Amino acid sequence: MSAVAERETATEVMTYREALRLALREELARDERVFVMGEEVGLFEGSYKVTAGLMEEFGPDRIRDTPISEEGFVGAGVGAAMLGERPIVEIMTINFLLVAMDQVINHAAKVGAMFGGEVRCPLVIRTPNGAGNQLTAQHSQSFDGWFAGTPGLKVVAPATPADAKGLLKSAIRDDDPVLVIENLPIYKQKGEVPLDPEHHTPIGRARVARRGSDITVIAHSYATVRSLQVAERLAEEHDVSVEVVDLRSLRPLDMETVAASVTGTNRALCVEEGWPSYGVTAELAARIQKACFDDLDAPVERVGMAEVPLPYAKGLEHAAMPNEDRIAAAILATLGLAA
Amino acid sequence: MAVATTAGEPHVSTEVRRDLYELMVLSRVFETEAERQYKAARIGGYCHLSSGQEATTVGTMHALQPDDVLVTGYRCHGFALARGVSPEAVMAELFGRSDGCAHGRGGSMHLLDVGRGYYGGWGIVAGQLPVATGLALGLVRQGRSQAVLCELGDGAVNMGAWHESLNLAALWHLPIVFLIVNNEYGMGTSVGRASAEPELWRRASAHRMHGERVDGDDLDAVIEASDRLLRVAREERRPAVLEAVTYRYRGHSVADAGLAYRTRDEIAERQQLDPIVRVRRQLRDRGFDEEQLDAIDRDVDERVEAAVAFADASPEPPVERLAAGMYAPGSDDQFARMRPGSPFGEEALTFDGGLGA
Repeated sequence: MSAVAERETATEVMTYREALRLALREELARDERVFVMGEEVGLFEGSYKVTAGLMEEFGPDRIRDTPISEEGFVGAGVGAAMLGERPIVEIMTINFLLVAMDQVINHAAKVGAMFGGEVRCPLVIRTPNGAGNQLTAQHSQSFDGWFAGTPGLKVVAPATPADAKGLLKSAIRDDDPVLVIENLPIYKQKGEVPLDPEHHTPIGRARVARRGSDITVIAHSYATVRSLQVAERLAEEHDVSVEVVDLRSLRPLDMETVAASVTGTNRALCVEEGWPSYGVTAELAARIQKACFDDLDAPVERVGMAEVPLPYAKGLEHAAMPNEDRIAAAILATLGLAA
Repeated sequence: MAVATTAGEPHVSTEVRRDLYELMVLSRVFETEAERQYKAARIGGYCHLSSGQEATTVGTMHALQPDDVLVTGYRCHGFALARGVSPEAVMAELFGRSDGCAHGRGGSMHLLDVGRGYYGGWGIVAGQLPVATGLALGLVRQGRSQAVLCELGDGAVNMGAWHESLNLAALWHLPIVFLIVNNEYGMGTSVGRASAEPELWRRASAHRMHGERVDGDDLDAVIEASDRLLRVAREERRPAVLEAVTYRYRGHSVADAGLAYRTRDEIAERQQLDPIVRVRRQLRDRGFDEEQLDAIDRDVDERVEAAVAFADASPEPPVERLAAGMYAPGSDDQFARMRPGSPFGEEALTFDGGLGA
C-alpha cells in the first residue's frame, strides 16, 4: 500500500456517488472477501443510492441488508474483519454512528494495539456527514474530529469524485479499520474520475487543490468545495490569491503539505463543517502554530459550524453553517482587508 | 421449545475426566496464584477471578472443537487455560511482559490466541457479542462448518448489544452459541435485582432462538449441553443460548472483597457444591486413589509455579516499541507526513515491526 502514486490514466466524468459505486463494484469483483452490509443497501439500493444495482450484480450475501441495528452490525463487521473478511459497513449518516460508538472506539480501534498486533481488523465504515437540507439538530452533524482523534482508526474524507473512488479503494485494501466520511451535499457533484481499477488515492496524502500566495485555507470534505468557490470569488472581487489544501485524510494527517503551504503564504485559515471547539480545525491550529511559528504573519484563524444544535429555520441554518460568506470574511480579516 | 436440562449420562471417559479434572485444578490454582501476585503488586489493573466456575469453563472448552472460535468477556483466565493457552503465556500477560499472549498490551482482560481460535478477552460488558456474531458470519462466508462460542456474564443480558446480536444471529442463521455464565452477580448486583426475567435463557425466545439452562457446576451436564448446542450450530446453523448457573467465590475483581452484597454463609454454602470436589469424587469412584489425585494437584502447583517464574523472567516490553502493532505493516509510510507540529514526543511513534516474543 506504500507510495503507489496516482497514475496517469483515462478518466470519465461522473458524480461522487457514482465514483463510490465504481470503487465498490471494482473491489467486490476483485476480492471475494469484500462484502457490503448496512441498512437499505440492497433491495432499497441505498438510502443515498451509492449501492444502487450492486445487490442485483453481487447477490444478497455480498450486499447484505441489515435491520436497524448499528451497534450489532458494526460489531459484526469487526468480527468478520478479524476473521480475514473485508467488510464494508454503510451507516446511513454519521449521526447514527453514535449508537455504535462502543464498537468503533472500544472495539475496532483497539484490535491492533490491545491484542499486541496478533490480529488485525480490516474494516471499512462508510458514512456521510453534512448539513444544509433543514435536517435539523439530530441529522446534520459532523464528528470527524472525534474519530480522527482516536488512535487505532484511520479516517479519510474525500472532497472530489476522484478521491471518493481513490480513497474508498485504499480503505478497502487497508489492513486497519478505516472510516470513510462521505458528504451529503457532494454526492451529486461531478468530476473527472480515473477508470484504472488499480488507481487509488493514498491514505495520508493531502492535495494542494488550488495554488495561491496570500493565505492557505486548509479544509476537507465539503469545506474544501466551499473554500475553492470562495477562492475564485476573492480572486475576482479582491485580487486575493488563496491557496487551498484539501486534507483528504484526517488520520494520518499530512502536516508536511500543510506546513509547506503555510510557510509559503504566511497565513492560515482552517475550515470544517463540524463544531470547531476541540475539532479538526483546533488540531490543525495547534500543529500549524508549532510547525510554522516563525512563518506566521497572523494568528491561525478558524471557521466551523456555529456552536449550537443546528436549527430548522432555513435562515438560521444557513447562518450557522460555515457558509461561503463566513469563509470569505475570515480570509479577508486574516489578511487585514475590509470586506 | 426450550427445556432446562439436567445432567445427562456421563459423556467422557475416565481418562478424559482425569484430564478435565487437571484443567479445573489448573484454573483454580492459577486464579489463587494470580490473586497472590496481584496483592504482591506484580499484577496490576483489573483482575477478575473465576474460582468456583471451573466446571462451566472446562466443560464448554471440552465441547468446543479445536477449529471452532472462542470469544469471551474479561473474566477469561480460565477460558484461555482450558483452550490450551499455556499458563506461562497467560501469567506473563498478567505480569505485562513481552512473552504474554498479547505481548503485555492487553493484560488480564484481553487474553487471546488466534492460533487456537480464541479472538479475545473483551472488557466492555456485552461488547464482545456483536464481534462474536461477526466471527460467526465470517465462518459462514468462508464456507466453514465451525461454530463460535461467545461467553458473557449475567450482567450482559441487559445491554442493547445482547438483543442486537441475538437478533442478527437468529435472522442470519449464524453458527453461534451464546454462553451466559450466570454466577448470580453482575459486580455486586444480583440477577434478581437486575433482570426482570431472571431465568436468563428464556430471553432467547424473544428471537425464536433455542435457549436452555444447565447446572454450571456439573461438568457432565455442561459438556452434554454445550456439545449438543455447538453441534446444532455447526451442522444446522442454528444459534442458541446456554445459561450455565454457577457461582464465583471471590469478589467481582481482586479489589472487591465480595461481601457487601452477599454473606459469608452464602459463599460457604455454595462451596459445599464445589465443582472440583465433585469431579474428584467421580474419579475416586472410578478407581483413582487419593495419592494419585494429590499427585495431579502437585503437578498443577508446579506448573503454576513455573508459569510465575517464566513470567518473572520475561522481559518488559521495550518502550521504543510502544505503538508497535497498533497499525498494520506499511502504516508508518502513511503516517510519515504527520510529524510537523506534533505534540511533544509524538513524532517518535512507529507501528511497524513484530512483537513476537
